[in-house]
Amino acid sequence: MLDIKNLHVNVHGKEILKGFTLSLEKGKVHAIMGPNGAGKSTLGYAIAGREGYEITSGQVLFNGQDIAELEPEERAALGIFLAFQYPVEIPGVNNTYFLRTALNAQRKARGEQELDSMAFLKKVREKLSVLHLKDELLHRAVNTGFSGGEKKRNEIFQLALLEPKLAILDETDSGLDIDALKAVAEGVNHMRSPERSFLLITHYQRLLDYITPDVVHVMAEGRIVASGGPELALQLEREGYASIAAGAQ
Amino acid sequence: MSVFLQSQANAKLPASASAQVNAWREQAMQQVQQVGFPHNKLERWKYAPLRALAGKSFALSNETEYSIDISQLPPAPRVVFINGRFHAGHSDTSSLHGVTIHCLHDVLQSGDDRRLHILGRQFKDYEAPFSSLNTALALDGILIEVAENSTNEIALHCVFISQGQSLSSHYARHLIACAEHSQFTLIEHHLSAGADSTMSNHVWHVHVKPYAVLNHARMQNLDAQALQFSRTDAVIAGHATYNRFDCETGSHFARHELSMDLQGEHAHAVSGGVSWATHSSTLDTRLVANHQAPHTQCQLLWRGLANDKAKSNFYGGIYINKGADGSNASLSNKNLLLSQQAQINTQPALEIYADEVKAAHGATVGQLDQTSLFYLQSRGIPRVEAQQLLTQAFYAQAYTLFEDTAFLAQFKPYLPKLLSASGIEDL
Repeated sequence: MLDIKNLHVNVHGKEILKGFTLSLEKGKVHAIMGPNGAGKSTLGYAIAGREGYEITSGQVLFNGQDIAELEPEERAALGIFLAFQYPVEIPGVNNTYFLRTALNAQRKARGEQELDSMAFLKKVREKLSVLHLKDELLHRAVNTGFSGGEKKRNEIFQLALLEPKLAILDETDSGLDIDALKAVAEGVNHMRSPERSFLLITHYQRLLDYITPDVVHVMAEGRIVASGGPELALQLEREGYASIAAGAQ
Repeated sequence: MSVFLQSQANAKLPASASAQVNAWREQAMQQVQQVGFPHNKLERWKYAPLRALAGKSFALSNETEYSIDISQLPPAPRVVFINGRFHAGHSDTSSLHGVTIHCLHDVLQSGDDRRLHILGRQFKDYEAPFSSLNTALALDGILIEVAENSTNEIALHCVFISQGQSLSSHYARHLIACAEHSQFTLIEHHLSAGADSTMSNHVWHVHVKPYAVLNHARMQNLDAQALQFSRTDAVIAGHATYNRFDCETGSHFARHELSMDLQGEHAHAVSGGVSWATHSSTLDTRLVANHQAPHTQCQLLWRGLANDKAKSNFYGGIYINKGADGSNASLSNKNLLLSQQAQINTQPALEIYADEVKAAHGATVGQLDQTSLFYLQSRGIPRVEAQQLLTQAFYAQAYTLFEDTAFLAQFKPYLPKLLSASGIEDL
């Protein structure tokens, strides 16, 4: 599904990713862990296509297609979704309107029929109930005045509604209390399927108590320095990043 | 004297039946000649493209007949003016209750001094020459008197149509007086029927008497060659509310001055506005709230946008005078630059001479937020659509002041289709 080969990415002229390589198969969940400044968020942005994240060498292939030159919206239409570490507040844009515009824009780009308001609302209600979210969320402006937990839940709600093939969760667990963390994890587990892959970017092992990954990677200085099973996360928690990174070198 | 002022001073008006009005007109023209044409060294005219205008000669418009598609006009009750002259055939106010309407032209002919006092308003030298020119040269206008305790559910539309390929000017003087405990909604539309290089000049006198509520919206969407000078003097009495919304999008140059005097205790003024300059136009807005009594309130929330090579200028002044203790005032002016060459100037001003006052003001100039743009794109919304969505959300903030959603519903259908009309440059 996602093949990243020897990726180098510059941000404001500074190299952040320095030969990052990863292969994520369909239906798998990979966790990327690493200390501050390792380049985890840059990886998410580079895959999603944020402006200013310049690929200087290497490749990002999504289902075999090189996506380096695609606009973020084109990547979204292919099925790539990034849950933001800091979801953006957009005052004045109603959440329902935003979600419908997004969903229909993707459908249109894929040559599918757009959903009318009845069909859209039906889908929305179905997803809300699965995630135990309140209707009220829909009537507010996008993330505006939401608590940290509500913002993250809104990201998972978008994930559920847009049904991407690849979901990248950038520190979705940060800033959440234990109940919100469980709710987010439950939403993600509900979305797991043989057709959908996940890349979980996180600092802490605790998210992985609730979402069991297939593979755990440790990232340092712009590339992967160690990979293993879920036990690697536990080892990290015990020994810290420094020793693992040092051991790998 | 400038070519422009000379051309206006030479205009010949039919004398009014009121000797008083004739004297006021003469006095006003004398003041105009004394004060002369403004220049950019004057703080209040700093960013206006005055030089080009000063050298142009305008003849008073005498064309008032155009074929207009009436189906395109807002529905009755409405009054229609063409190049500053009342058009009875297109106007219909029969569905209004407790409202007396006269056209200034008739009153000038009959010489009914009671209704002509508005022309006696003395403008200070710094308010001249354009307001004083209005006194000297206004031939027509609408005089609306709303009776005590009367309520109208529907809005009165005042449609001002201008058209002319040659350099012509027209002046109109208006009054709306809402008596105690009345409620009324007025929506002004300024539009061009086809190509239009006329200069229009409107002065409104607004009186909101105790406990009255006046909702007043104004849409200025004139042709890209048109020029407009517009001024509103509102006087708000105790416990009265003046809800005002302005949408400025047209004209080559439009100067708009809105002055609100909060004269009675608990008088309340709310002014929301959007000023969107496109092409090579300049929109020049000057807003003043004058607190003159205790416990008066004003909330001013304006959003400015500029694309292409356009300029949007804003001045917002709040003056809390001695004795206006316990007043509450806020001003927010945020601006969005939508191209590299667009220009925005904003100046908020706050002067307080009273005690126990709450006052806040702020102004910003910026571009579309790149993180928000990426957020929308990452959800599949194409860049241009995402820019439009954010732009729309930006100017829609100007509506958020109004609690009366019925008022909003009345004017929203007439807001020009801004987004489709203007391209947003990728920055």
